[in-house]
Amino acid sequence: MSEPDLVIDAKELTKVYGTGGSEVHALRGVDLDVRRGEMMAIMGASGSGKSTLMNILGCLDQPTDGVYVLNGARVDGLDRDQLADIRNREIGFVFQGFNLLARTTALDNVELPLLYDRSGRKLDSKALARDALERVGLGDRMDHQPSELSGGQQQRVAIARALVTNPTLILADEPTGNLDTHTSVEVLALFQELNAQGVTVLLVTHEPDIAAYAPRIMELRDGLVVRDHATVARQHAVLDPGGGEPVEPVESLKATS
Amino acid sequence: MRLRRFIDIAVDSILKNKMRSMLTMLGIIIGVGAVMMMVAVGQGAKSQIRQSINGLGTNLIVVTPGASREGGVSRGAGTFNRLTVQDAEAIKRESLLLSGVSPVILAPTQAVGGKGNWRTMVRGVSTDYATIRDWNVSEGRLFDAEDLRGMRKVAVIGATVAKDLFPNQDPVGQNLRLRDVPFKIIGVLQSKGQTGMGNDQDDVILAPYTTVQTRLAGHQFIGQIVGSTPNPQDIPAAEQEVRGIMRERHKLAPYEADDFTVRDQTDIMQAAEGTTDVMTLLLAAIASISLLVGGIGIMNIMLVSVTERTREIGVRMAIGARGSDVLSQFLIESIVLSVIGGAFGVAVGFGGAEVIARLTGWSTAIAPAMVGLAMGFSATVGIFFGYYPARKAAQLNPIEALRYE
Repeated sequence: MSEPDLVIDAKELTKVYGTGGSEVHALRGVDLDVRRGEMMAIMGASGSGKSTLMNILGCLDQPTDGVYVLNGARVDGLDRDQLADIRNREIGFVFQGFNLLARTTALDNVELPLLYDRSGRKLDSKALARDALERVGLGDRMDHQPSELSGGQQQRVAIARALVTNPTLILADEPTGNLDTHTSVEVLALFQELNAQGVTVLLVTHEPDIAAYAPRIMELRDGLVVRDHATVARQHAVLDPGGGEPVEPVESLKATS
Repeated sequence: MRLRRFIDIAVDSILKNKMRSMLTMLGIIIGVGAVMMMVAVGQGAKSQIRQSINGLGTNLIVVTPGASREGGVSRGAGTFNRLTVQDAEAIKRESLLLSGVSPVILAPTQAVGGKGNWRTMVRGVSTDYATIRDWNVSEGRLFDAEDLRGMRKVAVIGATVAKDLFPNQDPVGQNLRLRDVPFKIIGVLQSKGQTGMGNDQDDVILAPYTTVQTRLAGHQFIGQIVGSTPNPQDIPAAEQEVRGIMRERHKLAPYEADDFTVRDQTDIMQAAEGTTDVMTLLLAAIASISLLVGGIGIMNIMLVSVTERTREIGVRMAIGARGSDVLSQFLIESIVLSVIGGAFGVAVGFGGAEVIARLTGWSTAIAPAMVGLAMGFSATVGIFFGYYPARKAAQLNPIEALRYE
């Protein structure tokens, strides 16, 4: 609202699970600003509150207290249907387990979010889905089912699905968790490439090596932000068409795993 | 557009689980098939009963004394409140629509002759009676106008009477004593068997009403007047006509109620059909139970399906599906399942009805409306039993659904 360039403007977010004696404070007052076109990582061990934060930022959950402004509009306090519409319009999810519909072609998977579009826009959903698949480099795999695709390809279909609605932000929850190191690098490079095209990307991860691909890292511990700093992002050699092996990042990833 | 997509998704999901979908549908198929078959059997029974009632006599009208609606109310001495032979003769004379009219004088009598004696009902009738009741003799002859005019003591006996009084001999030409009056047997009636109510129609003696009135009954009132029209469409008009003639003869003022009752077989038919309708309903109700079981089968599978696809539901919700979208998706899936099952059930119903028709010789026609009804009913089953699982899916929390393994 104040700054039109802010995609996420969250103040004093808290989340309390349970009531009475068994209360769990998952978030204890988190502030977060994300500018349009930014790529950042939210890092933390399990139990740090990063999943809770991601669910709130992704409008899957509501904060117990605090203000959350997404793309200029307050979204805390909305009902289930309104949240669903906001998720459809504003957010593209990428999950650890890909979460593609089985026995459904890549094209149909990518088209899916457009089928839930309620804005009444005239959309050529097939054409948009095709464009999105081409953007992630799967133009030649549109009619393949998930079972016929490699893990990396499946995740790229999922990224295309997140991109297809042209969302305000892409929220990736451990997007490389189910991938080998080589494929992980490819997927992260894809995020960097999309970011360079202006897409806002939020990576949620517990691995410092993954987070290192983002120029800004926020660390959570016990429901509080302990560090929010800019880094010199690890730049993967932009996927060269020649298919040369990106040696250095692979090595470093192997070292941590 | 959205609906089309949801139907596509539903059909897709059904096709992806062919075996399971088939088994689920089987419940509905059997249910709908059973209901259709039972209704077809009911229809067959109904037309069967209609046929046998028609067999009692063609296009029959019966006039009986006293308006049954006013039973118990004394109409007072001296009023013309009984049927007489003259009434029957007047109807015969004046009616344009009736092709035959006969008085029926009932005289329960002990018949003596041949091997012994036999208690039976003597009916004093005119020569039209045989035509009206569609009845003929198997031996001998019926009495004619000459016998009637001459009050001749002749009788035509029913098959039961013939069998009991004259076993193993020809009764024609033999004598019979009715109340000590000797009658000559001139014919034996064809066997008509029992009525729908279990009365033996062959336990009867027919004689000229003139003879019966003077010799046996001893009074001039008669039990009923029967008449018939050439074709069934004329029955309602003929009833009106008979009523008019009777009211005039009995000199009834416009405000006075009829002192007689005119009935046709539609009353009997309606009563009998009412009974078969109840039977049909009962059979259909029993068959509906299997439809209910089929519906529960759908609910069961839909619940399994929702649990199995929890993650998918989570994904759909995460990318923007509202609860109502998920609800429609599963509801449509269950409706599609039950409607397809219903369509197969209709086919099974037709086949089953055909088999029953072959086995019983009944005509088991399934009305086209039944097909629509069956389809509508199975869609209702789909909605009813699909709603709970669909609602369960719609109310899932997306976070938990996404985490579901």
